[in-house]
Amino acid sequence: MENVSFPYLSLVTFAPLVGAAILLFMNRENQTAMRWVALITMLADLAISLFAYAAFDSTSATMQLRESHVWVREWGISYKMGIDGISLFLILLTTLLGPIVILASWEDIRLRVKEFLVCLLVLQTGMIGVFVALDVFLFYVFWEVMLIPMYLLIGVWGNPARKLYAAIKFVLYTIVGSLLMLVAILTLYYMAGNATGTYTFDLLKLYEFPVPLQAQFWMFLAFFLAFAIKVPMFPFHTWLPDAHTEAPTVGSVVLAAVLLKMGTYGFVRYAIPLFPNAAVDAAWWVCLLAVIGIIYGAWVAMVQDDVKRLVAFSSVSHLGFVMLGMFAFTTQGVQGSILQMINHGLSTGALFLIVGMIYERRHTRLISEFGGLSKVMPLFAIFFMIVTLSSIGLPGLNGFIGEFLILLGAFRVYPWYAVIAASGVIFAAVYMLWMFQRVMFGQVTNAKNLGLKDMSSREVAVLLPIVVFIVWIGVYPNTFLQPMEPAVKNFIRQVETKRTAILSLEKAKKEAVADPASSVKLTASWPTSRQSGGEKQEAR
Amino acid sequence: MIDLVWLIPCLPLVGFLINGLIGRRFSEKTIGWIAAAAIGIPFLIALSIFSELIRMAPASRSVQKIVFTWILSGDLNVPFGLLVDPLSMVMMLVVTGVGFLIHVYSIGYMHGELGFRRFFCYLNLFVFNMLVLVSANNFLLMFVGWEGVGLCSYLLIGYYYEKQSAADAGKKAFVVNRVGDFGFLLGMFLIFVTFGTFSYTDVFAAAGEKLAQGGLMVTMITLLLFLGATGKSAQIPLYTWLPDAMEGPTPVSALIHAATMVTAGVYMVARCSVLFALAPISLTTVAVVGGATAFYAATMGVTQYDIKRVLAYSTISQLGYMFLACGVGAFASGIFHLMTHAFFKGLLFLAAGSVMHAMSGELDMRKMGALRKKLPYTHWTYLFGTLAIAGIFPFAGFFSKDEILFYSLQRNLGFWLIGAVAAVITSFYMFRSLFMTFYGESRVDPETAHHVHESPPYITVPLVILAFLSLVGGWIGLPILPGAHVFTAFLDPVFAPAKHILDAGHHADHPSVVLELALMALSLGIAIVGLLGARWAYLTDPSLPGRVIAQIRGLHTLVYNKYWMDEIYDFLFVNSIVSLSRFLWKRFDEGVIDGIVNGAASVMRGSGSLLRLVQTGLIKDYALSILVGVLAVIGYLVLR
Repeated sequence: MENVSFPYLSLVTFAPLVGAAILLFMNRENQTAMRWVALITMLADLAISLFAYAAFDSTSATMQLRESHVWVREWGISYKMGIDGISLFLILLTTLLGPIVILASWEDIRLRVKEFLVCLLVLQTGMIGVFVALDVFLFYVFWEVMLIPMYLLIGVWGNPARKLYAAIKFVLYTIVGSLLMLVAILTLYYMAGNATGTYTFDLLKLYEFPVPLQAQFWMFLAFFLAFAIKVPMFPFHTWLPDAHTEAPTVGSVVLAAVLLKMGTYGFVRYAIPLFPNAAVDAAWWVCLLAVIGIIYGAWVAMVQDDVKRLVAFSSVSHLGFVMLGMFAFTTQGVQGSILQMINHGLSTGALFLIVGMIYERRHTRLISEFGGLSKVMPLFAIFFMIVTLSSIGLPGLNGFIGEFLILLGAFRVYPWYAVIAASGVIFAAVYMLWMFQRVMFGQVTNAKNLGLKDMSSREVAVLLPIVVFIVWIGVYPNTFLQPMEPAVKNFIRQVETKRTAILSLEKAKKEAVADPASSVKLTASWPTSRQSGGEKQEAR
Repeated sequence: MIDLVWLIPCLPLVGFLINGLIGRRFSEKTIGWIAAAAIGIPFLIALSIFSELIRMAPASRSVQKIVFTWILSGDLNVPFGLLVDPLSMVMMLVVTGVGFLIHVYSIGYMHGELGFRRFFCYLNLFVFNMLVLVSANNFLLMFVGWEGVGLCSYLLIGYYYEKQSAADAGKKAFVVNRVGDFGFLLGMFLIFVTFGTFSYTDVFAAAGEKLAQGGLMVTMITLLLFLGATGKSAQIPLYTWLPDAMEGPTPVSALIHAATMVTAGVYMVARCSVLFALAPISLTTVAVVGGATAFYAATMGVTQYDIKRVLAYSTISQLGYMFLACGVGAFASGIFHLMTHAFFKGLLFLAAGSVMHAMSGELDMRKMGALRKKLPYTHWTYLFGTLAIAGIFPFAGFFSKDEILFYSLQRNLGFWLIGAVAAVITSFYMFRSLFMTFYGESRVDPETAHHVHESPPYITVPLVILAFLSLVGGWIGLPILPGAHVFTAFLDPVFAPAKHILDAGHHADHPSVVLELALMALSLGIAIVGLLGARWAYLTDPSLPGRVIAQIRGLHTLVYNKYWMDEIYDFLFVNSIVSLSRFLWKRFDEGVIDGIVNGAASVMRGSGSLLRLVQTGLIKDYALSILVGVLAVIGYLVLR
């Protein structure tokens, strides 16, 4: 049995579900009480995650706060959880946004409040579950679970005109990817099981299994499609603008801030370490798509008339940076990539909240409907400006640290990609500042904008925590970089050792085919724990 | 005292935070003086550090203070560290000194403006960033200040955000600067790949051994850094934002777009003097771009009627001189001109602001004239500024400009020639603006004339101080007399390594005193030619400019419209990318990709509908299909 700690992770995962259960028994007339229950649940969840953070040893690269219980023994399915420096901050991001989205929806959502809150809480459980799961089966369950509440959020509370199209597009896109991933997971499960004799979904055990090169290619491809759609990478991104535009404000916030990170996290935790050879071989192509995404997203964002759609396309650009850094496989690149996941969650989440605030007031998102809002909403202008600057990567704010590390990390491997990606920084300034100018500056030309109220204290409470972190990460990023560094270094090392080990194994196998006499030597060359596996493979 | 250097950048930040967070109920005076004190106290600290610095041995005048570790990732370690050496000292003194005067001026100038507090917040934030820029001990931190000043410039240009042109100008400044920053960023990447650090001292110390002289790497690094400099310091090809930046309030033009921020590029090139010295191609590029800009911008200055725009083009032109100096290896002269320029150009802008203040916001010099009686302080100070920039002995500009021309001639006759021609034009357009504004016949419309009045002491006192500095500022750099060039001697430890590299090829022969004197006389003559030309055209025979323009209408139109550079850039870059983006969005995103996605869905739906035809729900249809099936199976079995 493994060392099992206090179940922080189970608590942080399922606390929202408890809140959802309480909500089910409440009177649907009493909306305020329900909102308070949801808010308190989310705050409690945040508190638990902070305790988990306190218990986390930031100098260690191993999986911590582990929990392990047998779930379905005969299939090797277990309830296994654990976090390292990579997942730690994604969980904290998720729990930080929890109370924020409840608060943000306080006045926005009037219809089916109970169901809405339940959806948000279930979604929260699904998302945290994805980040803490260390069993592939468990991971897949959470992955699919979170699809349903998100589908409902868009389809029920979305923008009436096109919400169904957007919701179905979102689900179908994701499902196509996740089904391919399921096939790959099962293939991996049987392949590893057949080879080693123990059938297991335990991720850490599967890490140790050397997948043959040919199989790696196909399985990586399947995982790649699943995650690339989720990220979304160019050219699998077209569900995103629709989903974002039609979703209610908090739907967009959660979608952008956390759901997209499932894809990038999936790469770090699953696709790359499981299939390192295929991942490294594909890196050049993945980076190419990432760089195209950076420029393409920025350009298309520039010509949008709808603020939300603009922010959606900016996500395509920003996540291109995340993918570029990750597939550079350098410390700075990967660290920047993970930090940028957090940054994007904060700044794009905040942007959607901001768009939501003016949408609530005017019921339109068309840039041309606005203009001169700085005059009528000065406080709002300050928040909007800070978030805009964060999004365009101004030094001193969070976006710069992530983008800089990514570009530096990528420059050492793919200088030309980094050069092109760096030019994306120019376009980011163009589309964001142009949008900001058209919405906030100039005269108030539309009489409807004259009477707009400035931010309420509830709205300040929604944005202030995000802005605090935007500044914090920009000024003192070490709070975040230090705990993730061991895990990141471990990730890179793991990929490299496993990759070379598989290469030498394959080479030995080829020689063995040519010269059967040397097959004895080959099994000995493979690290001890996998010896039996090697023999089994040989036997087949 | 030197340990307190971190206070110099931090106090302006404190000022920003105080006014920004709790200043809502403060009176104008309180806000203004908090902001001014946040710059004034750092000036005093800088002075005392300066006095400490000059008591140290010249070789040891370089002190680093690490405040905290900023970014730590793998082998990347970037501290928030400050560097005190003669170069950063000069910059800190100029920024805080001139900055303080402009803050005081602004208290009077911005009186009654709606966004008074916002203005001072931005101004303090700007000075914070500027001080980070000049006192950072590594490239990345310099870049923080670099982008930060760009942000403040954006915010302050767009201060009157309700005005479309102001908002446009702010955005243009930011975006054009970002193009330059792109170069800076790539230059930094190359530096890190080569040296594994961003620290100045480490990079410059290792430059000699890690970079081949004239090699590809050092040339690329320096050219990319220089691209950054052309953005911030408004040189060809990235100068177009600066004239538009005049949309900002005048103190902003004085502080940011004349005295401090725009000189950041010059500071950066001077800071990297070792790297540039190793790259002759880059040095020549710097000199050529600087010289060309000095001339090109001066020609545009001649045709403008807006007093602030004249000064804007003159700023671009003067910055060109500074780059010319750096390009010919006379880094100290470049910094010398940077300093004197901060005095006299700051002064000219502030005086122009005082004119504007008196004229109810009028900027068109065609509607001015004969203002010297009504605005005596403004007139005298503007006169001092003009004499200084035109290079009339013994004003500050004479010494610094003469030095640049002198070193240019040593390098190449062509550089001297372009500098000298630009000097004639400079003298001409500056006296033109002086005469059109303060002399001749009054063209002020009677309504405005009624209100014309001299500005309050908040405005005139800073003017007088700057006028004084414009006169004496050059005396710390007297030529010829041995040991009299205190300024160059002070900066020598910073530029000695670069000088060493540059002199290695050919031994420097000391120019004769006669040649130096002759050149000085020639410079003075050049300035006076410009003066007399302007006097003739704008005082003696005011109809002359009109006749000349009629003669060369085509050329005049070309120059008056700024060579249509804005339109060309718009056409080449802005419009083409926007149309391409629209195409990508409509045709590719919604056409191709969504076409495939929706197409796949349609195929599914289509095949589903086809299959549905079978599901009629009528028993006789099902019976028929069973019959067909049975027959088919039997047929198959029979015929097998």
